[in-house]
Amino acid sequence: MRDLGADASVDITDVVCPVTFVKTKIALEELDPGQTISIRMNDGEPVRNVPRSVKEEGHRILKLTDNRDGTYSLIVRKSADQA
Amino acid sequence: MAVDYASLKKGGFMRQKQRDNFSVRLKVVGGSMTAEQLRTIAEIAQKYGDGHVHLTSRQGVEIPFIKLEDIEAVKAELSAGGVSVGVCGPRVRTVTACQGSAVCPSGCIDTYALALDISERYFGRELPHKFKFGVTGCMNNCLKAEENDVGIKGGCLIEWKRDDCALCGVCVKACREKALSVEDGEIKLDEGRCNYCGRCVKSCPADAWHGEPAYILSFGGLFGNKIATGKAVIPIVLDRETMFRAADAAVDFFSRHGIPGERFRSSIERTGWDALKAAIEEEARVHA
Repeated sequence: MRDLGADASVDITDVVCPVTFVKTKIALEELDPGQTISIRMNDGEPVRNVPRSVKEEGHRILKLTDNRDGTYSLIVRKSADQA
Repeated sequence: MAVDYASLKKGGFMRQKQRDNFSVRLKVVGGSMTAEQLRTIAEIAQKYGDGHVHLTSRQGVEIPFIKLEDIEAVKAELSAGGVSVGVCGPRVRTVTACQGSAVCPSGCIDTYALALDISERYFGRELPHKFKFGVTGCMNNCLKAEENDVGIKGGCLIEWKRDDCALCGVCVKACREKALSVEDGEIKLDEGRCNYCGRCVKSCPADAWHGEPAYILSFGGLFGNKIATGKAVIPIVLDRETMFRAADAAVDFFSRHGIPGERFRSSIERTGWDALKAAIEEEARVHA
């Protein structure tokens, strides 16, 4: 399921708010600054809120892809100033 | 000498059921106090009260069990500690506010600064009945704007910046009103659906939405013996001056048409919403 080009991936379709963002944060913590991750999330509440939360944490959103199966993949580059 | 309860009440000293005991209402603007003020309040509650304070439903602080003979000393010590007394009775009350854009990621307007300005302009003004202002920073409405006589809610007037947009679609999903769509390589905004929440602005990874802070006003809210939601009478307002002119018009309207003991809502319903609308439009020079 790993997105071509992303350094890592995480699937948050099995959890609901606020664990969606907790899981996202943990996955981001495991990355090195500047690395990318593909986050697979459900349509609805997760895709409405998780991108904004990721932005507010200072990371760079590169892309949002509609997987056409009720899920979306958000490609994020980890902020350079976060270890 | 007879005790002038009315003037004590006006000055924030409210008679308790326990004889010669008063609950002292303090002036708090926008629910914000310094640590130093809190220290003063704590000291006075211990020295003159019974060691507790009451946090009111509208972000106020009251120190109960102040004795009649201590009122002057309490006033002097509060003042020395940078704390003012509040008001009760038929006048403009505590201006409430959420934390707004100075602190909250969701805030569209600087509610705290606005609450201070509103308080400066209207606090304590004599009117036919109590009159409440509440300021909330965004559509989440944590401060419940519409339950106030005049409610002010922050919004964003949005503009898409094509050159900055990566067409990622995050804003389309962030919008709860389904006002946005991607069509032919462009983001389309259905203005009729936009509720000015600013979620597109806040969520956009490329800062391709410009959000201009704006004010959504509501009038005639009540949440006491009678319950009624404040109504929007004019469209969203873009500048503070117009917002203040609209608020001036509402206060003047109540001052002119209100009967003593009647809330603003009742005055509006008796006089007619159209009359209020016309008064606000004339004063604020805004037209729907």
